[in-house]
Amino acid sequence: MSKETLNLTLQIWRQESSTADGAFRDYKLNGVSTHMSFLEMLDVLNEQMIEAGEEPVAFDHDCREGICGMCSLMINGQAHGPDNATTTCQLHMRRFNDGDTIVIEPWRASAFPVVRDLVVDRSAFDRIIAAGGYVSVNTGNAPDGNAIPVPGTTQEIAMDAAACIGCGACVAACKNASAMLFVSAKVSQLAVLPQGKAERNERVLNMVAEMDKEGFGHCTNTSECEAACPAEVSVSNIARLNREYVRASLFSGG
Amino acid sequence: MVRVASETLNSRVPEGPVDEIWDKHRFNMKLVNPANKRKFTVIVVGTGLAGGAAAASLGELGYNVKSFCFQDSPRRAHSIAAQGGINAAKNYPNDGDSVWRLFYDTVKGGDYRAREANVYRLAQISNNIIDQCAAQGVPFAREYGGTLANRSFGGAQVSRTFYCRGQTGQQLLLGAYQAMMRQVHLGKVKMFARREMLELIKVDGVVRGIVVRNLTTGKLETHTADAVVLCTGGYGNVYYLSTNAKGSNVTAAWRCHKQGAYFANPCYTQIHPTCIPVSGDYQSKLTLMSESLRNDGRVWVPKDADDARKPQDIPEEDRDYYLERRYPSFGNLVPRDVASRAAKERCDSGFGVSDTGLAVYLDFRDAINRDGEDTIRKKYGNLFHMYQKITAENPYQVPMKIFPAVHYTMGGLWVDYHLMSNLPGLFVLGEANFSDHGANRLGASALMQGLSDGYFVIPYTIGDHLATTNLPKVPEDHPACLEAVQAAQLRINQLLAVNGSRTVDSFHRELGLIMWDHCGMARTKTGLETAIGQIRDLRDQFWNEVRVLGSGGTLNQSLEKAGRVADFLEFGELMCVDALHREESCGGHFREEHQTADGEAQRNDANFSYVAAWENHGVGEEPTLHKEPLSFPNVPPTTRSYK
Repeated sequence: MSKETLNLTLQIWRQESSTADGAFRDYKLNGVSTHMSFLEMLDVLNEQMIEAGEEPVAFDHDCREGICGMCSLMINGQAHGPDNATTTCQLHMRRFNDGDTIVIEPWRASAFPVVRDLVVDRSAFDRIIAAGGYVSVNTGNAPDGNAIPVPGTTQEIAMDAAACIGCGACVAACKNASAMLFVSAKVSQLAVLPQGKAERNERVLNMVAEMDKEGFGHCTNTSECEAACPAEVSVSNIARLNREYVRASLFSGG
Repeated sequence: MVRVASETLNSRVPEGPVDEIWDKHRFNMKLVNPANKRKFTVIVVGTGLAGGAAAASLGELGYNVKSFCFQDSPRRAHSIAAQGGINAAKNYPNDGDSVWRLFYDTVKGGDYRAREANVYRLAQISNNIIDQCAAQGVPFAREYGGTLANRSFGGAQVSRTFYCRGQTGQQLLLGAYQAMMRQVHLGKVKMFARREMLELIKVDGVVRGIVVRNLTTGKLETHTADAVVLCTGGYGNVYYLSTNAKGSNVTAAWRCHKQGAYFANPCYTQIHPTCIPVSGDYQSKLTLMSESLRNDGRVWVPKDADDARKPQDIPEEDRDYYLERRYPSFGNLVPRDVASRAAKERCDSGFGVSDTGLAVYLDFRDAINRDGEDTIRKKYGNLFHMYQKITAENPYQVPMKIFPAVHYTMGGLWVDYHLMSNLPGLFVLGEANFSDHGANRLGASALMQGLSDGYFVIPYTIGDHLATTNLPKVPEDHPACLEAVQAAQLRINQLLAVNGSRTVDSFHRELGLIMWDHCGMARTKTGLETAIGQIRDLRDQFWNEVRVLGSGGTLNQSLEKAGRVADFLEFGELMCVDALHREESCGGHFREEHQTADGEAQRNDANFSYVAAWENHGVGEEPTLHKEPLSFPNVPPTTRSYK
């Protein structure tokens, strides 16, 4: 059993803007309840900093229930911290020990430039989706929902891939800052579903081209991405992405 | 005592049988010629289900769309957190559903305070939504044969809810987001992320644009257009603690209200019965456990208030399954307002569990014994996982502890049948408007409404406005634009200039407590009057004592929060004014003075069967009440009974 409250040292990356130099700063935080979430612990720190007249630490967060994908911290070198299948917002302080030093950094990837402190710019992901991560069906154009049956097993594969929350932990965890897991999740979801088959070739080619253009690195084949993924998206999707890519390159009729 | 406008509001609901008017009206509305659509620009604020669907659909039609969100990406909008499902009247299970039944259930579920015509249209459109989303590749749950699966939800006796595990909102939102990003790629939608709307621009009484703050650079930007579509969600965060995302706020809607848009039924808030209870003062939000859990979970408290045994050691005969006892026909599936009040009643009477006494059990023991742990895991695995992560307890072995929490707000800006506010050119969609859920929203209806408004209503009604209104070009240096920018800048300067000693969050928490204590699950005249005084005092303190560090010229999250809390401090007062004037209990609005002998809500149809839409006259000034009378020729009001 851990103690009910913790005294911690936090080493936090502070950076005024995307062009300024950043540096780690040390902060002492005492009396942290083990029932707090990690972000609630940062809230407490920020309240104390404001009271002391120091500008609080900027960090991205929104839903605080692990689904919006906005929170994004490297905690002791691990994307979203030590727990499996857990976003930063769902990590709780009971996971830490009294006297711990915790290092907190933003996502580290050149395709995700730092905006301020722990906040990064992940708009590259939006541009990858815009390049082809959809089924081109205008509103009003749809047949009856049951017109195209989708076998339960296919639906399960699609749903497992679609669970991606777009947080970028896969990129942050990868030493090449590769976005393969993110891209493969969307490519897989739409490639296995009958609704997505018509555009499957263009989709994978365009999304991969955009991924490369954004400056994400190559796959390391070390599965760090899968280990860091809070939505448990499997690297088998990367295998499917590679198959889809080869298939499209050979058969797209260029 | 309340200042009431002499004329009632015109909802523009067409004459005729409720099941025919939408079809006829679509014919009667003016169209914009396909070649002319590209001459019009439409601003969509917010990228949730309503905003994402609207931006995508309007882009597909050929309009130039500018889309705005405060998050770093449009995919983060809080619709993404909706868990349970989306209703539609497909009747695939062959269990007696129909458009009429969905209409009926929704009007009844809303406790006869919604507009019939809107609800009927919503029920009609529900089926198109499922088709559209399935075609987009939304991975809805399927039967083994490949057809779409359904489950049941509160307030209905048919199985009409479509779902994607416990992440339905996420999948529907990503569908809309992807459709919108396709239009971004095609150049029809221009996306502006990390922008917060701070002012509305009106020219000659017609809404023509917005002022936003670029949250990265701090710069104020002017965007003009031919119409503005507000899809900015609800105001549940006025309570500080709610199931809403931390960034959810009332600011965009409130800025419009201060520019003349009426705010309707703000007191109608939904307290969701199944949330993880509060654990400490540092708590920053509350987490919902989907209503779908009530399909298999049984809600109970010990029969003996002093029973100190562990829940798994308490035998059947010592448990009080109070929902099944009080409401035998709906049991654990009564609507949310009823379930929440029943939990409050047990806890107020001393039967609550956990250290705080503010929790009841939601128990899956019987379902696991009946169907096996694997089946339960398949249905609710991610929810159980989430529960365990937050509480460090395993719900497969011990019952969940749950308590009601603020979840959704039925009130919102007043809109007519076209979803246009009383300000010409300002349309309001989704949770941000008031129109479809009356005083209580049934489960799995919010996703339906957001997508209905965005995919299938606004594409028709906006054309009528654009085709029939004189819209001369508005340059960005138009006096109305400059004035709006100046107002936004002044407010930012004021917030930064206070330089007091208290943090923004400390004010927000204090406001939240006032609202929860006096304008929460139960309300009284004296409580509301007290709250109004307390809110006014707190607002004065805020403007004298708040401390916002940093500058307006950079990413400054304290400044963002300060602006939102300043608006909540004005808005909270209006909520209490509305709750105070509504001398009845209906849906989520429960006035203790108005209840039956056995504690059920007592409506007052003779005097309160109307929409209360408030007109602003400035901070601290008494607002004017505009009424829209409601009539129910198709679903005659009865006392809602789920017994």
